[in-house]
Amino acid sequence: MTIDLNSTTFGKREERLGSVVGYVGTIKDLASQSRCGSLKDRGRCFSQSSSCDAGCVLGYISHIRDIAIINHAPSGCTAGASSVLTNQTQLASKRGLPYNTVILGTDMNESDTIFGATGTLHDTILETYRRYKPEAIFVTTSCVSGIIGEDVDSVIAETGEELPIPVVPIHCEGFKSKVWATGFDAADHAILSRIVVPPRKKGNFVNFKNFNESARDDIVEMFRALGVDVFMIYSNTTLEELSHVSEALATIAICGTLASYLGNGLEQRYGVPYIKTINPLGVTGFETWFRDIGRVIGKEAEVEAYIERERALYLPKLEEVKKRLRGLRVVLGMGSSFAFQVARVIQELDMEVAYIASWHYDSRYDDGNPPPHVQYLAEHAPRDFDVSVADQQNFEILNILNRYKPDLYLARHPGTTVWAVKQGVPAIFMADEYMSFGYKRTLSFAYTILDRITNRSFEKNLSSRIRLPYTDWWYRQESASLYEEAR
Amino acid sequence: MGRTLDQVRYKCALGAMQTVQSIDRVLPILHAGPGCSDKLSTGNGNSGYFAPRIFPCTNLSEKEIVFGGEGRLRETIENALQVIDADLYVVLTGCSSEIIGDDSAEVVNSFRLQGKPVIHASTAGFKGNNYLGYEWVLQSIFEQYLDDGKEYETEKGLVNVFASLPLHDPFWYGNLEALENLLADVGLTANIIFGYDRGLKNIGKIPCAEFSLVVNPWLGLESARLLEQKFGIPCLHYPNLPVGAFETGKFLLALSEFAGLDVEKTKKLIAERERKYYYYIERFADIFLENRIMSKRFTVVADTQYTLALTRFLVNDMGLFPQRQYAMEDVPARHQATIREYFRDMNYGIEAEISFETDGHAVHDEIRKADYMGYPLLIGSSWEKKVAEETAAHFLPISWPLNERLIINSSYVGYEGALKFLEDIYSVVLTRYT
Repeated sequence: MTIDLNSTTFGKREERLGSVVGYVGTIKDLASQSRCGSLKDRGRCFSQSSSCDAGCVLGYISHIRDIAIINHAPSGCTAGASSVLTNQTQLASKRGLPYNTVILGTDMNESDTIFGATGTLHDTILETYRRYKPEAIFVTTSCVSGIIGEDVDSVIAETGEELPIPVVPIHCEGFKSKVWATGFDAADHAILSRIVVPPRKKGNFVNFKNFNESARDDIVEMFRALGVDVFMIYSNTTLEELSHVSEALATIAICGTLASYLGNGLEQRYGVPYIKTINPLGVTGFETWFRDIGRVIGKEAEVEAYIERERALYLPKLEEVKKRLRGLRVVLGMGSSFAFQVARVIQELDMEVAYIASWHYDSRYDDGNPPPHVQYLAEHAPRDFDVSVADQQNFEILNILNRYKPDLYLARHPGTTVWAVKQGVPAIFMADEYMSFGYKRTLSFAYTILDRITNRSFEKNLSSRIRLPYTDWWYRQESASLYEEAR
Repeated sequence: MGRTLDQVRYKCALGAMQTVQSIDRVLPILHAGPGCSDKLSTGNGNSGYFAPRIFPCTNLSEKEIVFGGEGRLRETIENALQVIDADLYVVLTGCSSEIIGDDSAEVVNSFRLQGKPVIHASTAGFKGNNYLGYEWVLQSIFEQYLDDGKEYETEKGLVNVFASLPLHDPFWYGNLEALENLLADVGLTANIIFGYDRGLKNIGKIPCAEFSLVVNPWLGLESARLLEQKFGIPCLHYPNLPVGAFETGKFLLALSEFAGLDVEKTKKLIAERERKYYYYIERFADIFLENRIMSKRFTVVADTQYTLALTRFLVNDMGLFPQRQYAMEDVPARHQATIREYFRDMNYGIEAEISFETDGHAVHDEIRKADYMGYPLLIGSSWEKKVAEETAAHFLPISWPLNERLIINSSYVGYEGALKFLEDIYSVVLTRYT
């Protein structure tokens, strides 16, 4: 699907990527339905609180240094501002960089819902510029501004003319998409359409889209071995730097869910190749990904040399630890990309994937092709296994864990790891996107698993002393029994 | 111009989901957008028996916004009753469901008519903040759960206690426990509905209390007054959260007098407590007095509860001098004049100027311009970290948002609490030398 950069709005994931938040089946069925484009979303008649695209936008766009974000919303929608900014400040200080991004809100009240608040928004934009002189102001929308039909684009266009910086709308009304990851696209759309400029010349760097750049030093080193620089986005970037991503040799990413919009957008608009292989988690993932980068930027020999060196260093150690992990049964609960990528690593480490719960699922990416990691897993899994798309639904996860009784539960995103442990299942919170990146981190991931399943004190202590909030009735049902069609 | 929310210090009324969550085995059901609970659950101490990811939520999408969400709410409640084991289900309505005009109260009533333990509070985010949401949830519980037709027998010495905003105030838990202990010291039994092992058991006892005690400059007062109207339970409003010997002694006396207890006995208790408290103060007086870098003047930027309590402690116990103080939780205008008076009756006629603010940027501008006659002592939230660095202040964050400190159940209340507060202040002060 072609990405349209002339509009302030863009298609949500359900429309662009055939994304769903409800599905039960198997890995082979999911792969085949993705290929045929036949996947249909299944609704729930019971749900627990999830996340929205607006929250995703605030958390992601605030990675950029020295901008202002104005959330056109009631106060609660901006409640996370301080914790987000604290984390971003910590990430910047780790690199010794200043970080001056601010998040403000318009604090919409009852009369605003009747008479509108475009006047407040106009004044807040001007006042924000006066106070902070940011490099740009991004205005994010909310459920309330959407439902009352605020003409945010017009206010921004008018106010923007009064200011010497870009003032950019990001449309992320929380009710609009059932897939909170649409927020990544909303942020990318704003950057691509309003910040990125045509290339002045070809640069000697690759764009690397990620979250918190925790493996930055190793990655910089890795690309130095290829003789190119790496530009990690958006964490700790400036708008000036971001404006030149169109000059990159290629765009690569830690996560397809995160990067589809920007990667494909840059490829379509500026011809920057976007690496679309499985991602660099585990050995196979890393080598497939790195080799494709080498091919695209013409550094095949350097890549092979790097791989050979690292293999010699780490593969024997990995073989060692694998012996101690063999046969462990694992359930995973993660986003649309990581769930299937980490599952591949689990199989590489000789463990068994018992079940995958993907928070949402994109049945294709912006290039029109189904996600390669699901196809890969379906082809390479020793046997077909069960998969669901669970929208972070805690009650479904605990039901699944109770049914499959795995040796280990792996989760990204807060809200289920604690509960697995409370149910007595050893669990690892894999929030760090680099937790099984490349050889070195795959090895430390393997040892983290070994440590986790060896010392079970915490889960034993806690789970034996608490009650779980679900009824026995619920544990007797199938995890998908509260899907609409199931009734 | 409208309000600019710069440095948000409060959540919206739906943040009252945290008030509900703080009552053991009482579950919020949100008729709201998918991200509301996610955004409102910042802060620590969230993963109890229920947690934000356990809260049933209608996760309103485009379809409900267009066609209405009452059906969605009905099936969510129906299934919540089957799936989740709670004593009481409190339906909270958010912005979206209220703007589109869903009659949530009617849906909830249909469950109540069937005898199901479900009640409703209107907590649309645009209607007010989480401090008001707290009152609205309490009032819903009193009106819809407690039966005012029934005769309740008064239990001698039982006192309903309302103080800090649960889960939003990082010290809420410790504060309630410390107050409970102070009450026990003079022979009263605190009836608290929030926290460990309380829940409906204690909610049921609310109408049996001899009186209600509100320890907060304003929060909880209207809810306690409702108890007065409905059940004839008198209310003792004690505006100041007592920190340190001077204020705790006053608190215990006021409490004893109101409850008709033996005041002489209380005076003896106070004397005993002060003896021990001053044993420690004496031992550490060298640190307090012979220190090259400790501040002489201070500012508190917090919710009024702490702005008042810590100002009074630092002035009346520690002999410091107040600069301008800031109350940041959007205090309703009707309470402001009274609260100003609370800052005017300190030792030696010392008065503190108090500003009711919601704009943190303006507050920081004033702090930068003020002369603290040395290093400022700045007590606030995570938002004050930067201005503290710029003004070389001793900085202790204590109020939400509190991102770089973990509080489990500690408190600055009472005699022990004051010593803990001094530990925390001087642990900051001792990191520098001049």
